[in-house]
Amino acid sequence: MIPFFSTYFIFSFIPLVNTFYNSLFENYRSGLTQIGPNFVGLQNYISIFQSDLLKYLGNTMILWIIGFIPQIIISLILAVWFADFRLRLKGSSFFKTIIYMPNVIMAASFAMLFFALFSDDGPMNNLLINLGILNSPFRFLATVWGTRGLIGLMNFMMWFGNTTILLMAAILGVDSSLFEAASIDGAKSLQIFTKITMPTIKPIFIYVLITSLIGGLQMFDVPQVLTNAKGSPDRTSTTLIMFLNNHLYSKNYGMAGALSVILFVITAALSLVVFFVLTGAGKRRGGK
Amino acid sequence: MGKMMNIKKAVAYVFLSLLAFLCLFFFYCLIINATRSHPEISKGFSFIPGKSFGSNLYNVLHNKNLPVIYGIVNSLLIAGSSAALAVYVSALTAYAIHAYEFKLRNVVYLFIVLIMMIPNQVTTLGFLRLINRMGLMDSFVPLILPSMAAPVVFYFMVSYFESNLPLEIIESARIDGSHEFYTFNTIVIPIVKPALAVQGIFAFVASWNNYFVPSLVLKSNAKKTLPILIAQLRSADFLKFDMGQVYMLITIAIVPVAIIYLCLSKFIIGGVTAGSVKG
Repeated sequence: MIPFFSTYFIFSFIPLVNTFYNSLFENYRSGLTQIGPNFVGLQNYISIFQSDLLKYLGNTMILWIIGFIPQIIISLILAVWFADFRLRLKGSSFFKTIIYMPNVIMAASFAMLFFALFSDDGPMNNLLINLGILNSPFRFLATVWGTRGLIGLMNFMMWFGNTTILLMAAILGVDSSLFEAASIDGAKSLQIFTKITMPTIKPIFIYVLITSLIGGLQMFDVPQVLTNAKGSPDRTSTTLIMFLNNHLYSKNYGMAGALSVILFVITAALSLVVFFVLTGAGKRRGGK
Repeated sequence: MGKMMNIKKAVAYVFLSLLAFLCLFFFYCLIINATRSHPEISKGFSFIPGKSFGSNLYNVLHNKNLPVIYGIVNSLLIAGSSAALAVYVSALTAYAIHAYEFKLRNVVYLFIVLIMMIPNQVTTLGFLRLINRMGLMDSFVPLILPSMAAPVVFYFMVSYFESNLPLEIIESARIDGSHEFYTFNTIVIPIVKPALAVQGIFAFVASWNNYFVPSLVLKSNAKKTLPILIAQLRSADFLKFDMGQVYMLITIAIVPVAIIYLCLSKFIIGGVTAGSVKG
């Protein structure tokens, strides 16, 4: 107990306070001269909003949405199938194992792998040309939507297994007599889904949505490695954390601090929503 | 009805197989290319493995510009020790919350659950300045010690204790005169071993894959971990590289974790739900 809290206090709480504190100071290097730290109040917040913050927030959101929409749709379908007592799918644990696997893979190496496979004369282009789908190599990483699409695809692959398992547990937690009664009354699969499944798993669904959003805001490894920290083409795939990383790297502590505080406020607000959804859902257990 | 079900079943199987194919395909490409030499790879893709597995492995391990062997050792060291610490200390904390009645108990519990969601990126700035002042820049300590306070492990363990560790056992141990730490180490730990193992693997994988903080903390070549080396490979002039070595390095970073995962997938998948969904 004491080591837990002292560690937390030293390595998380003090840094958090220090981050807030730093966000109020002008403190950066310009060439070889160190400027600051001078107290500037909220000036850093103003200048960070005037820089490309909103653009990067937009990028982050776009990248998250590209990955999340297919992820949630496919996960819902799979979860319903896996949990359907009439369908009795064989080998479901095999499939679950496979679809969850990309989640344990190192994101940096996964991005590197995609970079190698989808490079201009890499194996994917090669394959697509051999199959007659393309005539000339498609430069995935030179186009805005090619790059964003690849990042979205990677995020989708890394997270849809996880989401499927969570949603399936939620569906299995629903009293199965509800489903039986509905199907005896002649309800169609779609009706069962919209009238019974969705309303009962709503808290878990919101939990998945918001934790995924928080995860999306933290997106870093994949675009960083895939685009070599440049967010290329033309910074259209630079995420907020990549922006933070740039400021940390160039030791612009004031701006990094302001950005951290903004991120902190957003995630804290989202976390509170999760918290109230989960506790407000009563003591009913969603999981096992 | 029966016929409809069969069609639906067939659709489900086809769809699942496609997804499974998607997940496995890229890893298949990776492993194939890791066994082929650079000229073979640049000639074009093939589905048949080559014969250069051994030489690729040898070359990448002896690459003068990339300290790969150090990278593997460093990654193992950091991930292993932070997983062990995270699991032990957080489980101990969870045990304290579970087994003792004290005033602030609920406050402490709520506090930990709330901080669970805060991403560590937002405290990184202060963290870096702190370890800089402590003189711990470019050392493993700031990557290992903080993992002691793992709110996620804590949260999971509290739920696990609630359903699997009756207080009577602890009380009878106390009556028999067992010390508190002794009770925890010899009675509690064996009971919750499976849960600890799962959380340990999660902690290990998270640390093994971590890139953001290590890349800002570790500076000298001999201390870099695998994700940093991979990013470095990306920023180097790509075309000059032996592609066989590139694929081999990715394989080294991915495959050990994938094998551990496949062996223990049953427990891990159970752990995913038990850890995160509970009202």
